Amino acid sequence: MTAPRAGETQGQTGGSSAQTTAPSTGHAEEIKAVPVRHPGRWVAAVVVLVVFAMLVHSLATNSRFEWDIVGQYFLSSRVLKGLWYTILLTVVSMAIGIVLGVILAVMRLSQNPLLSGASWIYIWFFRGTPVLVQLLVWFNLAFLYPHVSIGVPFGPSFASANANALITPFLAAILGLGLNEGAYMAEIVRAGILSVEFGQSEAAQALGMTRGVTLRRIVLPQAMRVIIPPTGNETISMLKTSSLASVITVTELLYAVQLIYSVNFKTIPLLITASIWYLIVTSLLTIGQYYIERHFARGSARELPLTPRQRIWRYLSTFHSTPPAPAVPPAGGGGR
Amino acid sequence: MSAEPWSAQESIGEGGTPMVVAEGVHKRFGRLEVLRGIDLQVARREVVCIIGPSGSGKSTFLRCINHLEKINAGRLWVDGDLVGYREYGGRLHELREKEVCAERAQIGMVFQNFNLFPHMTVVENVIEAPVRVKKLHKDEAVALAKQLLDRTGMAEKANVYPKQLSGGQQQRVAIARALAMQPKLMLFDEPTSALDPELVGEVLGVMRDLAESGMTMIVVTHEMGFAREVGDSLMFMDDGLVVESGAPREVLANPSHDRTRAFLSKVL
Repeated sequence: MTAPRAGETQGQTGGSSAQTTAPSTGHAEEIKAVPVRHPGRWVAAVVVLVVFAMLVHSLATNSRFEWDIVGQYFLSSRVLKGLWYTILLTVVSMAIGIVLGVILAVMRLSQNPLLSGASWIYIWFFRGTPVLVQLLVWFNLAFLYPHVSIGVPFGPSFASANANALITPFLAAILGLGLNEGAYMAEIVRAGILSVEFGQSEAAQALGMTRGVTLRRIVLPQAMRVIIPPTGNETISMLKTSSLASVITVTELLYAVQLIYSVNFKTIPLLITASIWYLIVTSLLTIGQYYIERHFARGSARELPLTPRQRIWRYLSTFHSTPPAPAVPPAGGGGR
Repeated sequence: MSAEPWSAQESIGEGGTPMVVAEGVHKRFGRLEVLRGIDLQVARREVVCIIGPSGSGKSTFLRCINHLEKINAGRLWVDGDLVGYREYGGRLHELREKEVCAERAQIGMVFQNFNLFPHMTVVENVIEAPVRVKKLHKDEAVALAKQLLDRTGMAEKANVYPKQLSGGQQQRVAIARALAMQPKLMLFDEPTSALDPELVGEVLGVMRDLAESGMTMIVVTHEMGFAREVGDSLMFMDDGLVVESGAPREVLANPSHDRTRAFLSKVL
């Protein structure tokens, strides 16, 4: 930080630094050096500001953006219904992906060569073909298996259904997105499990815990710290990948606005409407991720990072109590 | 619950049978022979210290005793039960996972690197196994944990995370965690080797206290002072074999083998 804080100029009066724990000898004078100048930063700042101003100007004055149309459709029931389906698709597909990912990762790390091999083939197949193709195959499953039935393998069946009626577009989308996600999540979970020191499972086993309990209580909770950030990434990615379901006639957000602009030809304003919603949901997911990460960070650092609310409180309280205590470490260093 | 939680087990079982018996224990990792026929008897309430250069197989032998490593030949018994196997019809049968776990639950182990669970507080570390393995009620487990943390001098730190503790404090929590299963045998794998010199004493103090309360202990260590004063017998291992064993003062003062003498001259 360059600028010295307001109160620090008063620091020479002895009583104001009473909160330091260091012994206040006569030599411990606070350093007030002239900061290094950064002329390059000023140039860069001007360039960025000009580009930004041009952008804002264009957004405000180019009438073809048709912001009134955006406003008109932003909260319309058809767009909101599309948004709802997008969120539903994301949540359900990610849930399937995470559960499947944990199962596949554990299989992959199993001693049993059959299980680890099966997991390897699953991951190979579902990562190796495009999601769009997988969606289309699920959507057209009826061509392959006109009837789906439950029963004894190669024996009599108990229940049977028409695949066309059973596999609705929405179900096809969930299967396509969820099963594909499982393959990616498997690798993420596996990385997390491998990141936990082996001594941890050894200590758990020495205490008499079974391998299942060890995994659930000791290894996975610690693996979460490594698993969460890429999973947040995957969730945000899934939110947008779910728009692929528009090709198999699921009226999620993109297909909902496509249906509207195919009638009124207001293509760009409606795509902007959808994009704003995607940005809003992505922002909410990012905030959620921050708090989940914070939860699983317990015990890993000596202090948890502050939540934004705590940071604001901290800022306000230092702001009022002038002069600020010189012992306060730089941003985010303190804690409760 | 008895007044001293960790002396509860000592009266159980016939006093005559030894706690640990090893007969010709062999262990190979691939083609590397780490243990080449270890024989040992540990009586109840006895404290055996194992010393030797690194790579001599001390830690591996310790890990065999609670079946963290499978032995390739020989037999190991803890409290009269074969470790990891059941013998009938003239053959050995591997135990099921649950049975292996039940055997391990009666043997406490303390590691060089503590291996506390970093995502749990001190008290959560201690109650985890009693609650999950022994199915103890949580309140009972907490009460037991409080007692043990009190004995190891860690009661004040019950609600902090391991990262906030010094190495010596972490190791004392690890000892309390192992004791919470009320084991009949405690294994220590170089418990003070990862500690700053000034923190070694506090851990050894807890171990001495434990030995005095009658716990059967096998301690792999480089602390010759502890071996001399607390140990009932001392075993010197080198290259997968027991070179010599006997009363600690005897072995440390008058080693009968050149190899022992050479090792002791470097560490004493």
